[in-house]
Amino acid sequence: MTLNRRSFLGASLAAGAALSAPRAIGQARPRVVIVGGGAGGATAARYIAKDSQGAIDVTLIEPTRTYYTCFFSNLYLGGFRDFASIGHSYGALASGYGINVLHDWVIGVDRDARTVTTAAGHTLPYDRLIVSPGIDFVEGSVPGWDISAQNRMPHSWKAGSQTQLLKAQIEAMPEGGVFAMVAPPDPFRCPPGPYERVSMVAHVLKATNPTAKILILDPKASFSKQALFEEGWQRHYAGMVDRIGPDFGGANVSVNPEAMEVDIDGTVEKVDVCNVIPAQKAGRIAEIAGLTDDSGFCPIVPATMQSRMDETVFVLGDATIAGDMPKSGFSANSHAKVAAMQVRAALTGSTAFPAKYSNTCWSLIDTDDGVKVGASYAPTDEKIAKVDGFVSQTGEDAALRKATYEESVGWYAGITADMFG
Amino acid sequence: MREAFFLALALATGGAGAGWAETAVSAIGDAERGADIWIFCSGCHQIGPDAEIGIGPPLTGIFGRRAASVDGFPYSRSMTRAGRDGLTWTLETLDAYIENPRVLVSGTRMSFDGLEDAGERADLLAFLRVYSDKPSNIPEAAPTARADVPTLPPETLAIVGDRAYGEYLSSECTTCHQRDGSDKGIPSIVLWPEENFVLAMHAYRQKLRPHPVMQMMAGRLTDEEIAALAAYFGSLTP
Ligand SMILES: Cc1cc2nc3c(=O)[nH]c(=O)nc-3n(C[C@H](O)[C@H](O)[C@H](O)COP(=O)(O)OP(=O)(O)OC[C@H]3O[C@@H](n4cnc5c(N)ncnc54)[C@H](O)[C@@H]3O)c2cc1C
Ligand code: HEC
Ligand code: HEC
Repeated sequence: MTLNRRSFLGASLAAGAALSAPRAIGQARPRVVIVGGGAGGATAARYIAKDSQGAIDVTLIEPTRTYYTCFFSNLYLGGFRDFASIGHSYGALASGYGINVLHDWVIGVDRDARTVTTAAGHTLPYDRLIVSPGIDFVEGSVPGWDISAQNRMPHSWKAGSQTQLLKAQIEAMPEGGVFAMVAPPDPFRCPPGPYERVSMVAHVLKATNPTAKILILDPKASFSKQALFEEGWQRHYAGMVDRIGPDFGGANVSVNPEAMEVDIDGTVEKVDVCNVIPAQKAGRIAEIAGLTDDSGFCPIVPATMQSRMDETVFVLGDATIAGDMPKSGFSANSHAKVAAMQVRAALTGSTAFPAKYSNTCWSLIDTDDGVKVGASYAPTDEKIAKVDGFVSQTGEDAALRKATYEESVGWYAGITADMFG
Repeated sequence: MREAFFLALALATGGAGAGWAETAVSAIGDAERGADIWIFCSGCHQIGPDAEIGIGPPLTGIFGRRAASVDGFPYSRSMTRAGRDGLTWTLETLDAYIENPRVLVSGTRMSFDGLEDAGERADLLAFLRVYSDKPSNIPEAAPTARADVPTLPPETLAIVGDRAYGEYLSSECTTCHQRDGSDKGIPSIVLWPEENFVLAMHAYRQKLRPHPVMQMMAGRLTDEEIAALAAYFGSLTP
């Protein structure tokens, strides 16, 4: 990959008004702007830049300089990873692939003029726009909680300081204290995530605070890999984890962050840590850009990941209505590859092969006790439909569970290299 | 070599229903002739009630045994992984392993090039079976093979892979497998001889190799797609 002006810009850009000026004149290279440098956006940027070999001008806009992956953030809570190991910089995307990495917020999208505007005041034209902003929370979904309460009752559903805060709170729990989790309703980012988190919290408490209790308040009747988690909790953390489903009021929960109380269908409980994971919708910018429907998420064309609202816009990852695919980093990475190929085909005439999607989600229950669920998917006219799948079984032997965990470590290395180069 | 592999597969998997028993019997061969072929193995392996660990693990009771399950034998990582994933020695898996050890278990420590001749392998399998207390794993008794596994026409291996297509398809693989060939928990798949790569993928597709993720990944690839992937990964400069 050649180093060019763009790499230089990428490295120094956040400072720079450099970008806004020289774009328009003599700009022969088609321009792709990507909003959000997470699992979807970073992958798309890297694939377009890598495979078009400089023929496409790629700008990636992401406010944070270090992306902390939500995936494996639960393992950090459990003490299996250190915090630095889940942080990734955009340096290689800028220097190795010639991507303009702009650390800024996108605050507006003008789809008629095909421009995006940023908080720092840049206006960037695009030929194709890729939007992968992840999720935001539905206001009022947990009565008593709003984003201003996130320091007392963290969500930790976007990784970074929120994850560190939750870990500190768990470590500061009084002996025999209560950790409560308000689990989200479907659809939400990472279906097994809350339950993996419970496992990791239990792992820590078992060692440091064995009389502590974990209370899950869950609006859903059932959840991902339920049999596997429940078997694991029974085996490793017997008596520690209690889940209150909708039949016992788990769907009628409000919180009082000041008093550190949760109200479960009229019964008030005092808790020591409260992890509130609210209901979710597409990242705000998708809504601002007019890409969402009544569900709060973005309808897409299954074969291409194009927005149903605008064929020059592609939406990836958690923000989409991706049919049978769960909202996961693996899925977002899979979407990105299809979109990258379509964008290149549209702008440079390269071949667009038929879309294939897949996903695998690993979860760690305790040391060397890993489980997984996965599937492959193909587009139909109407949705991305499941083709084939597998899930770990209850009662598997310890060697297989260990192998599954080791595989997840390999996957983490693989997907982060695939995203960030 | 190729033909023999597919012939063996056809024998082992093709004969559900009425024709099964004959096919299987002829596939399993003649134990007496097999005793002569055993000399290829006996330098490294012992067999029988008093067999001990040699250069290779003892092969007594090999049918129905999980791969890499002899305590105290220093198996390779690959063999250990295959065992953990559920590789069990059956007529089919043994046949595939003896025919070309690396096709079934890529990083096996067994320095044995393989027995090309399907008839010799069948005889050897019959010999091994005499020392197995789990004969029910042999298809004479009950077919262990799945009847719906497709058999491959020999021309499949002759397909010349489309590297550009392979490059696109490879993006699905590199979520897990590292393009630079490093192995942090998932094996390297770059710079393999194309033929071995193709055979390994077909072994997953036919569920000869255990491992649900790879069975699923390979399961929906066409012969052309597998060839394309082999061409692409085989030619990567690390
Ligand atoms: C606890 C937990 C565990 C998880 N574990 C797994 C797992 O094991 N495996 C797995 O596959 N998935 C896992 N996930 C899910 C995974 O993290 C998400 O599905 C994935 O990150 C989605 O990718 P994305 O690109 O849609 O969004 P994100 O990765 O969230 O990226 C969105 C990016 O967009 C940026 N952004 C948002 N708005 C703007 C704007 N206006 N302008 C510019 N930038 C903007 C954000 O800063 C962010 O960096 C887990 C999630 C959680 C919470
Ligand atoms: C040069 C020595 C050598 C020869 C010759 C050899 N093997 Fe092996 N064999 C090994 C070693 C070493 C292993 C362990 C492989 C590993 O760990 O990857 C092994 C493993 C095996 C296994 C797997 C056993 C288990 O416990 O999972 C089988 C089956 C096997 N050999 C069969 C044979 C047969 C049949 C022959 C003759 C055709 C043969 N081997 C020839 C060295 C040899
Ligand atoms: C979800 C993660 C994942 C994806 C995606 C994936 N693989 Fe694998 N692959 C694995 C794991 C785990 C193993 C080890 C399996 C085993 O023990 O047999 C493996 C093994 C292999 C092997 C055998 C390696 C060896 O040393 O024997 C090959 C070849 C292979 N994969 C090719 C591919 C190809 C080609 C693709 C894309 C079409 C792909 N894989 C996609 C996880 C993955």
